[in-house]
Amino acid sequence: MHAARNYLVFLQRCGRIAFVGDWRYYAWMGVLTVVSLLGLNAYARQLADGLISTGMSDQVSWGVYIANFTFLVGVAAAAVMLVIPVYIYNNAELHDLVIFGELLAVAAILMCLAFVTVDLGRPDRFWHLIPGIGQFNFPASMLSWDVLVLNGYLLLNIHICGYLLYCRYQGRKPAKWFYIPFVFVAIGWAVSIHTVTAFLYVGLGGRPFWNSSIVGPRFLASAFTAGPALIILALQIIRNVTQYRITDRALLTLRGIVQVSMLINVFLLLNEVFKEFYSGNLHVVSSKYLFVGLHGHHALVPWIWTAIGFNLIAMVLLVLPLSRSLKWLNLTCVLSIAGIWIEKGMGLVIPGFIPTPLGQIVEYSPSLNETLVCLGIWAAGLLAYTIFLRMAVPILQGRLSRANEGQVPDPALGGAPAPDAAAGH
Amino acid sequence: MPLPDPTVSPGGSAPSSGVTRRSFLRGTVALSGVAALAAALAPLRKLDDFTTVERFMQKYYKELTPEEMAAVLRRIANDVEHEYGIRPHVRDLKPMDGVEFVYALNLTRCIGCRKCVHACVNENNQSRNPEIQYIRVLRLPHGSLDIEKAEHNYAPESVPEKGYFYMPVQCQQCKNPPCVKVCPVHATWQETDGITVVDYDWCIGCRYCEAACPYWARRFNFAKPSLPKDRLNPDMAYLGNRPRRQGVMEKCHFCIQRTRAGRYPACLEVCPAGARKFGNILDPESEVAYILRTKRVFIQLKEEMGTSPRFFYYFDI
Repeated sequence: MHAARNYLVFLQRCGRIAFVGDWRYYAWMGVLTVVSLLGLNAYARQLADGLISTGMSDQVSWGVYIANFTFLVGVAAAAVMLVIPVYIYNNAELHDLVIFGELLAVAAILMCLAFVTVDLGRPDRFWHLIPGIGQFNFPASMLSWDVLVLNGYLLLNIHICGYLLYCRYQGRKPAKWFYIPFVFVAIGWAVSIHTVTAFLYVGLGGRPFWNSSIVGPRFLASAFTAGPALIILALQIIRNVTQYRITDRALLTLRGIVQVSMLINVFLLLNEVFKEFYSGNLHVVSSKYLFVGLHGHHALVPWIWTAIGFNLIAMVLLVLPLSRSLKWLNLTCVLSIAGIWIEKGMGLVIPGFIPTPLGQIVEYSPSLNETLVCLGIWAAGLLAYTIFLRMAVPILQGRLSRANEGQVPDPALGGAPAPDAAAGH
Repeated sequence: MPLPDPTVSPGGSAPSSGVTRRSFLRGTVALSGVAALAAALAPLRKLDDFTTVERFMQKYYKELTPEEMAAVLRRIANDVEHEYGIRPHVRDLKPMDGVEFVYALNLTRCIGCRKCVHACVNENNQSRNPEIQYIRVLRLPHGSLDIEKAEHNYAPESVPEKGYFYMPVQCQQCKNPPCVKVCPVHATWQETDGITVVDYDWCIGCRYCEAACPYWARRFNFAKPSLPKDRLNPDMAYLGNRPRRQGVMEKCHFCIQRTRAGRYPACLEVCPAGARKFGNILDPESEVAYILRTKRVFIQLKEEMGTSPRFFYYFDI
């Protein structure tokens, strides 16, 4: 009883602090809320009118929703790139940062689930997917695997973050048996979410562009590039806004991960391009459409060459010592994220549909309504991540703890506890 | 809005009575938040026909008892009558024992007139706007079966044209259907007579089957189907041509409402060239059994996919 009450007080205080901050916090949250609501409004319109409000068609039946979903599964999976150094190689610099990565994974998975939901024609029938109540086509359908691994990964990360934060809040040492096994399961699980998502495409024999064994490894390489790059940027924002101690060495450790992953990513891309174009068999049409255009249709050509350009510049910068300076590292990270978002989103999903299995070329570009839904989900995801950080940072700094229960939340986003915090307003 | 903390410690500020500037501000923010949310959701008012409690709760086709099925069929008939002003004849036709349907199409004879395409639309109550068609006729240059060379939108003065042949493609009713394998909710499956069907009331609209189909045979209702009242075909089957709803998948089902009642598919009946043959492959006396036994060459489209279609293309040689 007592434990439950303590836990409720903890949750309530976490909930309260999400609504407290300085003007920058309110401005940021206000903007995100407005964009989320615009997205929600666009989704309501889509529900009423049908998916005809998107740019999708029977020819290109998946678009930016599934593209963003695929990219974000990678971001979620990349949380392990913080976990592995800490729990397997005992890297002390990254130790306290693991939670930020895992919270990012939670936010990313929530966004993934949102992107899949908005792609459904009948979201009211989601219960048909629930094992036991509905008709779950497991193990035959890779989509049923994806439902399991994504939700499992969400629960694992919620458990690990939640438990560690609650222990820190209470000022006690976490019991190893209650989280370490989950950490190791989550490492394998992270690889599985992205592999299963790759298999979603790879398993389709009728789509030669996807039906290639290199898609899985490319997914992982690009995820382990874009994910840690995103974390490098996020950590610097956290450091600037909250004065939470994050060392440059920790950021440079992540740089090492981005560096190796980007090299592998570009290498795998080269493999794919060679195989597609050198052999010259008829299955090259989708790649032709993507890289050089097909029969006068070339909507994706500028995009993919932008992506390749970004990736190559980022690769060169990563190899040079120049990117040890944070300014250059940040540029590199932005280029990597943008490059991989294009390559894995538009560059992977769309050409799989062009031309159709009957040789028809119908191009795709997202509609305004569809774009608003995407922006809304990204804003809602950032909103969720900001709230998670708003709760986690004061707990990790010891400013929100069992010891100071009963005090009014401190609007400061970071730093030492203000001496007059208890005085309120 | 944050709740007042019940555990205010001595020295902390007690919740003040009366309206302070801060609580007024909070109230304003909360109210405008609720108003913004309501405004964002306003388009949902158009959703009146999206679902009902009965439709939401409806069970999976294979789990419906005969009584429940009867009730569902009555409800569908009522819905159709309400919407189109015609009382339809909706049945749940089961596959017949000892029957496996096969289609054979004579590429030498097909003249590319697309009469099959439109007969299908008239028979199967497809949406006219946006128009959904189950059959796509490809025009191919003489001598090549390379589908990349297919022209979909050919529109000459008259057909057939010199130097081309025509290949109608519809659901190939595969023995090893990729669409069935990938569906996450078993909303599409293969019946014992070889027809792959869709439970329109169970499909969640993820379009994974559409991505999986190597024949581009599946169609999605991107909008609420619109069908003029006078075009409705009232002879309906549950797994066949009953009107569909927004957001679900559909495709050719070999005119289940006809073929399971001993008639030919609509596309066959309309064909002016006699290019289309349909029947029970398990009956050695059937026309399709004769064709597959005697023709020197017949092909299954994209045979290398391993899908093993029940739809064969043959030539007069």
